[in-house]
Amino acid sequence: MATGDDGLHGDRDDVPDPHAELPVDPDVDALRPRPLHWRPTALLWVFCGGVLGTALRFAGEILLPFEGAGWPWATFMINLAGAFILGALLEGLARSGGDTGWRQRVRLFAGTGFCGAFTTYSTLALEVSLLGKGGHIAVAIGYGLGSVVAGVVAAWLGIVSAAEVHRRRVHS
Amino acid sequence: MIALLTMLVGAAGAVTRFLVDAEVKRRWPTTFPWATFGINVTGSLLLGILAGAVLFHDQPSAWQTVVGTGFCGGYTTFSTASFETVRLVQQNARGQALLNALGSLIASVAACAGGFALVWIL
Repeated sequence: MATGDDGLHGDRDDVPDPHAELPVDPDVDALRPRPLHWRPTALLWVFCGGVLGTALRFAGEILLPFEGAGWPWATFMINLAGAFILGALLEGLARSGGDTGWRQRVRLFAGTGFCGAFTTYSTLALEVSLLGKGGHIAVAIGYGLGSVVAGVVAAWLGIVSAAEVHRRRVHS
Repeated sequence: MIALLTMLVGAAGAVTRFLVDAEVKRRWPTTFPWATFGINVTGSLLLGILAGAVLFHDQPSAWQTVVGTGFCGGYTTFSTASFETVRLVQQNARGQALLNALGSLIASVAACAGGFALVWIL
């Protein structure tokens, strides 16, 4: 016994596990679910919202195309509308309960998918760059800073509006 | 056909953002929203390169529509960036809020213009 060799555990430390990547208990993964972002259904909700968001933004950019000069109205309005909707959505969902079940699906579809794909930072950056390249420096700076400031105000208004709607519902 | 492709590629961009955002947050949990910041800067860089390729190297403009309006547009996000700035203000992290708002804008425009200029030089 002094050697600690009980016939079961002896010499274990000397033999490397040839398949250390495998769990001892094959059912262990059932107890430890995959993180949300690697679940196929979660990815599908984001994808579907992304199709809708991209389609609406694409339509907006066709209706009000940016020609290299002037204020890029399509991107500007899309970004502000999306920031307001996301603020209202996330506040409304948080007030109605935890991030599970239908609330999580709505957040993935409408928040991460739709609002995320509807709004865009890359087009904003390109428009600011092209305005600057065309020599419209004041419009470029005004549009860039104006978007960021108005975007924060829009998201905040969305949050406040949803909180107010929730408050009135609870009190009535 | 181009419209349908743009929508699907845009949705793929949104899914990519979802995955990158979650993985970055899992590995490096910070108060400052580095994930969205990095997503917006890298997406802007890609769009700058694309726009430059179309403008200076006569690449078909369909590329800019499908990959630019589609992927870059779906991948980058203005709404989450704005929301995260509001959350930083609400948590009294005013300095970080200002850094997020102004830093995202400056870094994204610099990345886009840099990518654009890089293609022009090449």
